[in-house]
Amino acid sequence: MTFVAKPRVHHPQLPLNDLGLNRRDYEGAVSTLCAGCGHDSVSAAIVQACAELSLPPHRFAKISGIGCSSKTPSYFLNASHGFNAVHGRMPSVATGANLANRELHCIGVSGDGDSASIGIGQFAHIVRRRINMLYIVDNNGTYGLTKGQFSATNDKGSTSKKGVPNLYEPIDLVSMALQIGASFVARSFSGDKQQLVPLLKGALLHRGFAFIDVISPCVAFNNHNGSTKSYDYVRGHGASVVTADFLPKDFIATAAETVVDYAPGTTETVALPDGSRLRLSKLDESYDPHDRAHALAHVLEAQQRGEVVTGLLYVDPDASDCHEILDTVETPLNALGEAELCPGQGALDRINAGLR
Amino acid sequence: MKATDIRDPSYFHKVVDCQWACPAHTPVPDYIRLIAEERYTEAYMVNWESNVFPGILGRTCDRPCEPACRRVRTEEKPVAICRLKRVAADHKGDISPYMPALPTRKNGKRIALLGAGPASLAVARDLLPLGYEVDLFDRDPAGGGMMRSQIPAFRLPADVLEEEVDLILNMGVNAHFNYEITSMKDMLDMNYDAYFVGTGAPRGRDLDLPGRQEVDAHISIGIDWLGSVAFGHTHSISGKVIVMGGGNTAMDCCRTSKRLGAESVTVVVRSAFEVMKASDWEKEEALDERIPIVNNRPPKEFVHENGKLKGVVFGCVKPVRDEASGRLRYEPTGEPDVYMECDHILMAIGQENHCPWIERDIGLEFDKWDCPILDETTFQSTHPKVFFGGDSAFGPENIIWASAHAHQAAISIHLFCQGKDLKEDRPPEGLNLISQKMGVHEWSYDAEHDPAQRFIVPHADKSKALGNIKVEVELGFDRALGAREAQRCLNCDVQTVFVEPLCIECDACVDICPMDCITFASNGDEDDLRARLTAPAENAEQDLYVSEELPTGRVMVKDEDVCLHCGLCAERCPTNAWDMQKSAIHIPQLGTYAA
Ligand SMILES: Cc1ncc(C[n+]2csc(CCOP(=O)(O)OP(=O)(O)O)c2C)c(N)n1
Ligand code: SF4
Ligand SMILES: [Mg+2]
Repeated sequence: MTFVAKPRVHHPQLPLNDLGLNRRDYEGAVSTLCAGCGHDSVSAAIVQACAELSLPPHRFAKISGIGCSSKTPSYFLNASHGFNAVHGRMPSVATGANLANRELHCIGVSGDGDSASIGIGQFAHIVRRRINMLYIVDNNGTYGLTKGQFSATNDKGSTSKKGVPNLYEPIDLVSMALQIGASFVARSFSGDKQQLVPLLKGALLHRGFAFIDVISPCVAFNNHNGSTKSYDYVRGHGASVVTADFLPKDFIATAAETVVDYAPGTTETVALPDGSRLRLSKLDESYDPHDRAHALAHVLEAQQRGEVVTGLLYVDPDASDCHEILDTVETPLNALGEAELCPGQGALDRINAGLR
Repeated sequence: MKATDIRDPSYFHKVVDCQWACPAHTPVPDYIRLIAEERYTEAYMVNWESNVFPGILGRTCDRPCEPACRRVRTEEKPVAICRLKRVAADHKGDISPYMPALPTRKNGKRIALLGAGPASLAVARDLLPLGYEVDLFDRDPAGGGMMRSQIPAFRLPADVLEEEVDLILNMGVNAHFNYEITSMKDMLDMNYDAYFVGTGAPRGRDLDLPGRQEVDAHISIGIDWLGSVAFGHTHSISGKVIVMGGGNTAMDCCRTSKRLGAESVTVVVRSAFEVMKASDWEKEEALDERIPIVNNRPPKEFVHENGKLKGVVFGCVKPVRDEASGRLRYEPTGEPDVYMECDHILMAIGQENHCPWIERDIGLEFDKWDCPILDETTFQSTHPKVFFGGDSAFGPENIIWASAHAHQAAISIHLFCQGKDLKEDRPPEGLNLISQKMGVHEWSYDAEHDPAQRFIVPHADKSKALGNIKVEVELGFDRALGAREAQRCLNCDVQTVFVEPLCIECDACVDICPMDCITFASNGDEDDLRARLTAPAENAEQDLYVSEELPTGRVMVKDEDVCLHCGLCAERCPTNAWDMQKSAIHIPQLGTYAA
């Protein structure tokens, strides 16, 4: 908890984006989380990504559940709409929000407790329904808010702060997301904004369900030597398979970049709906980020070896989202007039007739 | 880059821009905090110890601290540092308990101080607490030097001046006033252990143009004229007055003329308005009193009739910036010369140090500009017993320089009298760092950033001020306004101190910093690093604070340029790798720091 208010003044050379706004215009209230909490870095990365993409800071729906992670929507995009749902129920509220107003960028922030324990049912179904949103799990392997109980993503054998080992196998949300049909799946680390920010940009612009599992250390309860979700552990065991670079719409490769000699088969670009692109650089030529089964296998194998696979693991730029699946109306519900919303007896009669 | 050595006193000293810019290195944030706490007496003493004349300087200082103020870089207007100094002086209580103890037993050494201006007085103040016998000589009937003779009472009331001059005289100075020094040889024959020359820059420049001799009775040298007003010999000036020159003396001359009854007053300057030597606020005051300032008009000729001055002919020039040097040149505009009528001219085109009374065969050497040859550190002349300071050392400067020189000269005199080496044995600067952390989220300084704009100092009613030379124009901040202005100080002396081994590289400081000062990056040379930081570090005058290498192979780089010292990095640091620590820079001084 910080009592010194963050000054409104900013660096005199802070750049302005296409909307004439600077990064500070995308901030939220000053965080009340513990100093050094990884979740704050995730919020800062969201601020940076949204500012750099020149997205209007008031056109977002921020939805969350319960937990330290779920508090973070207060700390970014102050001008936007937000809803703090009950524990584990962010997915159903996000589903409603996105179906009601498809024009808002929908960001859901949840925790490993919120999504992998009480909310695991909701998680599975929002993935399956492919809601067009960015779903972030700030994954710290613990229930931070309730003072450090093991969460369901905590690795077997990893210990509590007092040294007691965890006896259960972990749930891997990345694997679940891959399996159930997410069309953009990534894992990253709160301590690596160079990796995280381009992933967030790609996910924000991706049409379909984008899931990012961000390892985000809990400095209060799970940043000790027995933890596999500590700053040190992730830095020592992280293995990036596919790095994503964000290339804006008007991107023209500089001379220096054109001559970079990528090994054959290791880079490719993926188009995003607004005309920008993601350039993927693979460490291993054989990795295929468009093959769901392959990605899943790789993640599982790496997990066996004790590696934390990061980067953009899977992307399907042509996947359909829930609106397409349901063939919903183009216009957000709040912009429809009474005549469209209540088409009257005649319309009902026609529907009934169609069912006879 | 190499890791920053924060133990070097100059590193954090530079971060305190105001203190660094102040010739006397007054610890500005220290006294501003005391003002905020309404501890005016202590605030005054912090000033008195380092600059010796807080009440006087709070009205007249050239304020090199203000353009240096960090607020200029973050929000344009500096803290009104000078006016806050005056707040401390105006509202102080009894300072006697804080005065240095004076030894009853003298140390047997006798020092002669020549001139009773700020430099000599400050030397006296530094030497007396160590038991020196101090004799002061001046041709004027009272002490203060140029502070008394050249600064008009509407800027510096007599009581303010006298209080601070007397404070020193009453410490036990043997003052010899109305004592015209005519020979340095004679002085040396008096066999003092050391001499300090603080006779200022008492010769005002003149202009030898056609007609100059003929109109001599109608031309006064600005500083001499101000002196005669100050000592009550001149009470009025009549007719149309032209003041020539663009420095502070010119501004004082024109404003004094207006008060002493001139029918009209015009300032004519040969150069452009922007490059006039006068401080901006002095120019503003003159304009505010509706005194026209005419620029780019070099004088050509004094026009007279039957021995009476009729006016002056001026040429017309325009400033042209020289591409190569960036300096202004003046070219004739081709317009016809202008003639301006006048009855009296006040010549304020500069002044020089001038010591005709120092014989040139006594081992005290002068350079080709007729300035004494001095050691810039010790202020010792080529005659080992003779030291210089103030305007007589390196030419005209502000009072604050006199205080600064005096402290150094006093140290030199002391070392000299003890038979020590003036350079080897000089006490070094020191640094103390004290954490300001009080509790988990409590800091012993007011870290909150105050976005307030600079407050405006109230002025005396103009009709009253212009009618009487003794009415002080600026009224100074009252306690309430002073407290508000004090809040604008960014506490730049509360330093961000980084301890590498504690850092876990969590980025919390990077994320919270409102000014994007902090970056964790791979190391490089300075230019390369400056270009790779979170925000560009384009102000090369401000240092980069670079840590040792961290476990990820990166270094922490902090650009000191626009740091608000808000403490949020330390506040958000989980491991106390960042701490806010108050730096106290010890500038060696005799007197109060004497041991
Ligand atoms: C219905 C319900 N059950 C239990 C709780 C108690 N509770 C609050 S937060 C939390 C776990 C939060 O863990 P996580 O989502 O990982 O968030 P973190 O604090 O670690 O970021 C629990 C169990 C609750 N608030 N509501
Ligand atoms: S308890 Fe852990 S998760 Fe919660 S704010 Fe503190 S560090 Fe972050
Ligand atoms: Mg958690």
